[in-house]
Amino acid sequence: MSTAATATRPPVETSPEIRTRRRRIAVLVLVGFALLCLARVISGAEELTSSGTLTVTLTATMPIAMCGLGGLWSERAGVVNIGLEGMMIMGTLGAGYFGFHYGVWAGVLGATILGAMGGALHALATVVFGVDHIVSGVAINIIAVGVAGFLAEAWFSALEGGGPTQSPPLPTPPTIDLAFIADPMNTLEQKHWFLISDLASVVEMLTKDLSVLVLLGLVLVFGTSWALWRTRFGLRLRSCGEAPSAAETLGVNVYRYKFVAVLVSGALAGFGGALLAMVSSSGFQVGQTNGRGYIGLAAMIFGNWRPAGMLAGSTLFGYTQALPFRQGTVSVHGLLLLVAAILLVVALVQLLRGRRTQAGGALVFGLVFLTWYLTTDIVPREFTTMAPYVTTLLVLALASQRLRMPAADGQIYRKGSAG
Amino acid sequence: MSLVRRVALAVAAPLLAFVVAGVVATLVLIVTGDDVGGFWDVMFSVPAHRNLVSILNTTALLYFSGVAAAIGFRMNLFNIGVEGQYRLAGFAAAAFAGQAWLPGPLNTVVAILVAMVTGALWAAIAGVLRVTRGVSEVISTIMLNAIAGSLIGYFLSKIGVNNGNATNTKQIPEGSRVGTIKLFSDSPTELYGLSLLAIVLGVAFWVMLNRTRFGFDLRASGSSETAAVASGVDVRKMVVVAMLMSGAVAGLIGLPTMFSDSFSYGSSFQTQLGFTGIAVALLGRNNPVGIAFGALVFAFLNEQATLLNILAGVSPDIVYVTQGVIVLAVVIAYEVVRRYRVRLEQAQVAAELAEQRGQPVPEGVGS
Repeated sequence: MSTAATATRPPVETSPEIRTRRRRIAVLVLVGFALLCLARVISGAEELTSSGTLTVTLTATMPIAMCGLGGLWSERAGVVNIGLEGMMIMGTLGAGYFGFHYGVWAGVLGATILGAMGGALHALATVVFGVDHIVSGVAINIIAVGVAGFLAEAWFSALEGGGPTQSPPLPTPPTIDLAFIADPMNTLEQKHWFLISDLASVVEMLTKDLSVLVLLGLVLVFGTSWALWRTRFGLRLRSCGEAPSAAETLGVNVYRYKFVAVLVSGALAGFGGALLAMVSSSGFQVGQTNGRGYIGLAAMIFGNWRPAGMLAGSTLFGYTQALPFRQGTVSVHGLLLLVAAILLVVALVQLLRGRRTQAGGALVFGLVFLTWYLTTDIVPREFTTMAPYVTTLLVLALASQRLRMPAADGQIYRKGSAG
Repeated sequence: MSLVRRVALAVAAPLLAFVVAGVVATLVLIVTGDDVGGFWDVMFSVPAHRNLVSILNTTALLYFSGVAAAIGFRMNLFNIGVEGQYRLAGFAAAAFAGQAWLPGPLNTVVAILVAMVTGALWAAIAGVLRVTRGVSEVISTIMLNAIAGSLIGYFLSKIGVNNGNATNTKQIPEGSRVGTIKLFSDSPTELYGLSLLAIVLGVAFWVMLNRTRFGFDLRASGSSETAAVASGVDVRKMVVVAMLMSGAVAGLIGLPTMFSDSFSYGSSFQTQLGFTGIAVALLGRNNPVGIAFGALVFAFLNEQATLLNILAGVSPDIVYVTQGVIVLAVVIAYEVVRRYRVRLEQAQVAAELAEQRGQPVPEGVGS
């Protein structure tokens, strides 16, 4: 990124509006966490914030977040990327093949490159040929499923521990373990105090056997935030997503920026696939991604096309994916109380703002969830696996109207259209 | 432009796409060291009678699925949720018909309606979320697919009948089953009766699109939403109605096999047809005749794929690669051809203008 390196850094001023918004988001996150702690104390579902749950949450979150980040890069440049799912599938395949034969880092590199190849295909179709973005993405997903199924059978069938639908176990990426912090936190967690024990779980999650790939993922999120909002390169890239014709008149090579953005997008989704195959599970499996690419996209929309919001959305989905594995029927039942509480709070806020219909809707759903919580002891097993998807829908339904996507997102741009 | 040239241009795109897909498949097979010759032998082999019948049956299912997707696509509404809609609808119809509350054929008719209503309502969730809350239907339908899967699992465990190795819904009673049509005397497989609904659907879809005000509004909303709004189309209503119709058609997908062959909903219920339908609709350019062609091609490829493993030792997954490549290549090819046609037209107009300028310009023409 030579443009970024040579650019004199634009003076960064944080406007009061941005600061209030940040403060509001921080408050929202804290209130949400406090409500979760409250739900744990009242319902007695201790797994709701146990360090075990949070650790599973983190490993479930990062693959989703990487897809969300990929979506962010591409949509900020104006290209909708439904093909993230397929690019992630290519990533899991690359991690499986290169990871098994040449070690962890080759696996990560292979996953990233295969993901980027999917991105290149998407860029070729959408940027160069001006094909509808969704159509191209859907086609890439179909191709990726076929390629992964076909190559997995060719590559892994003959290997020991492998099979036509899965790779042999892959090497585990190194982890960072800060036992001197994690152990006292564990003691604190076991006290089950309101908020304090829950915060201890969070610290424990970040200090106990943290995979370096997860850490790398977090770095990438913050790196993206810097690259897209604090550099000249990022400003130009985002201008392609907001007003490509205007960018063109200012001398920006719109095609090139879009192409780069979609390539990076694919690479990130591929890296997400590597996380999935090597950190979240022990190897490549056919069908492993199971819609995570789409969930990542939803997380990005939830986060209003911004890295921090996207990470928050991914965490939400990662959490609801992790919960079914931690005494799911009891834990998700505890979660019902939280959902009811949130909906009732929303109802109250909407009522105070004079929006009667919205308040009424939230109140009805809130009461439904509350009744469900009070009249049952556990949630059926099948319903726990539904949690991430229902959460996605609920969250989008509650948040969607305030969101603003890049102005030229999904539109087909042709060079010279600025006239 | 002459007629020959116009036809050539229309055929060029799909032809180009098939060539590209063939080249890609060949390259992949060479890389993995598979039997390329065997692959092509199988793909170009003429299907036996029994395979022909299954191709026709699959064509009907894919046609339902393709039309369901196309209704949405026609107004830029991406109903990715056909998959969940038809599975849930199939389950509801099987559960209803299995109860045998109604006698004979009446049971069948009502079960079909149950399927259509279930599919429509499940799709409507996405439509309503989009018009009231601004939720992208792409994301919501994908989420609804996953939720549908879990819901079916839950209800199947509640009302299903365990027959030893799998849980199915209750068998549809003899009197409510739909007969089959014997096309060839030597074929053990027969054409499912409800497959014929595909023809009815095709005609209805064509009439709706081209001969009704609703169809006009639908196409107008898809071509230019602002223009549609300006001419008085209630786009919000259109979104919900289009989703309802799309879901209702999706509800039909699982029925032919269920009423003529499996007689219950269970693990044998064919999945993934909804996703294939999206590809079929794209291949057929959301056009009633085009979709039929696309469905036939995909059904043919699917049938040959089952033979690949047996005859050439090649994994049938290669066919999915081919199908995906066809879809991507065909949309790219359409775009290339369109650009070429525009250039051609521009050149033609320029040539005619130059010709006019050469001659004395008639009164009132030119500037």
